[in-house]
Amino acid sequence: MAGLFSANAWNKIWVYRETFLLGLKNTAISAAFGLLLALVIGVLLGLFATSGKRPLAVVARIYVEFIQNTPLLLQMCFLYYALAFSGHSLGILVTGILSLGIYHGAYVAEVVRAGIEAVPKGQFEAAYSQGFGYPGRMFCIILPQSIKMILPPMVNQVVNIFKNTSCLYIVGGADLISITYSFVTGESTGGAYAPAYLVSGLLFFLVCCPLSSLASMWEISLKKREGRSGGMDKRTERVA
Amino acid sequence: MIKLENVNKYFGDLHVLKDVNLEVKEGEKLVIIGPSGSGKSTTVRCMNFLETPSSGHVYIDGEEMTSHNKIQLVRKTTSMVFQQFNLYPHMTVLKNLVLAPVKLHHKSREEAEELAYHYLDVVGLREKAHVYPTTLSGGQQQRIAIARALCMQTKIILFDEPTSALDPETIQEVLDVMIRLAKENITMVVVTHEMGFARQVADRVIFMADGQILEEGTPDAFFDHPKNERLKSFLGKIIRK
Repeated sequence: MAGLFSANAWNKIWVYRETFLLGLKNTAISAAFGLLLALVIGVLLGLFATSGKRPLAVVARIYVEFIQNTPLLLQMCFLYYALAFSGHSLGILVTGILSLGIYHGAYVAEVVRAGIEAVPKGQFEAAYSQGFGYPGRMFCIILPQSIKMILPPMVNQVVNIFKNTSCLYIVGGADLISITYSFVTGESTGGAYAPAYLVSGLLFFLVCCPLSSLASMWEISLKKREGRSGGMDKRTERVA
Repeated sequence: MIKLENVNKYFGDLHVLKDVNLEVKEGEKLVIIGPSGSGKSTTVRCMNFLETPSSGHVYIDGEEMTSHNKIQLVRKTTSMVFQQFNLYPHMTVLKNLVLAPVKLHHKSREEAEELAYHYLDVVGLREKAHVYPTTLSGGQQQRIAIARALCMQTKIILFDEPTSALDPETIQEVLDVMIRLAKENITMVVVTHEMGFARQVADRVIFMADGQILEEGTPDAFFDHPKNERLKSFLGKIIRK
């Protein structure tokens, strides 16, 4: 087995660098389309949860609880194997996008819900009292205010979805982790365990670290801005 | 213009409005007073269905308000000024004022801005058109909120304790604007604790307690010769000797 400092092993990785980049590309594609699906599901369910209509809120709650309280791995296996054996094979890329989208949709839904709930009730009332119907209320007045509360945790979701593509390994995906594994166990390429996983990890880090730093910087500047305008909430309740 | 017929409202087990009957004529200035928890805010909020009555009927401008037509009817007939102003913090003052006229009343941007500047003049804050609401004092924010309500050009404006969240020194500037408004032919329903304002502006004053209207009359009769015992003790407590 080649050690960490074996030039031979590092050289092998350099020769097969295209393979790693292909894995990265597959991971990025699964994450990007998965995110798109997660956004659609999440915004929809977030609106359901805050609609004030009980049946819709229940649907959103059940979805979120069910998805958040079962493992992503299980959901992937279910989508891939259970459907494959019933004759509806989806293919590995579609499985990845669907399962990641469904899973992260539940988290995005909670982020959206929290963002909407953070807008003071008076804003909904003012919009209603002007005669804004539900769509106008949400899109002109509420969501533009929630967006700054939604964005930082949303960026964290992007980081998570990117890392969670690694679960595709369980159904034999072509993502970065799966490809790394095939590489280190492959007949002609095998052996360079440590360098391969280091490189793979570095690629993840190079994408995720800037994103999560962005998220935390965003959050900090948000808190600062709120601190500055916080003075206006200091109202005296005056009883005559 | 506004008619409440046997309106009841429950919050869970709490019976907040008990068979309230009330009529407001076009152009009338009605002031509602009463202790907190008396149902006066709920009464006003039933007039635009911010609270849906548990039973009874609400008629606005001759049309019965239902959960189906409420948005259209509200858009056409009423606007509201809130205790906490509720200006849209992510928009400049001007944007606050033109949003609904442009989006809901299909006015052109130029028309809406002309209207906005006109009403900014009315409340004396033209120079604040391009600032964000949170940079203004409470009194200024409330005057902007009144201008926003005026931009809707509705026949009815509902005021839900418009000065209760203000610092004492800014109350008068808001009241002055409302006194000026009262000279127009706008139907005003005002929930307030400002007795001086009620006396000066109201055509009729209503006293509510425990979800019922206990006394109503012209300001002079109401304040100088109150009949109801609850009202007498209420006035005794709030009017400084």
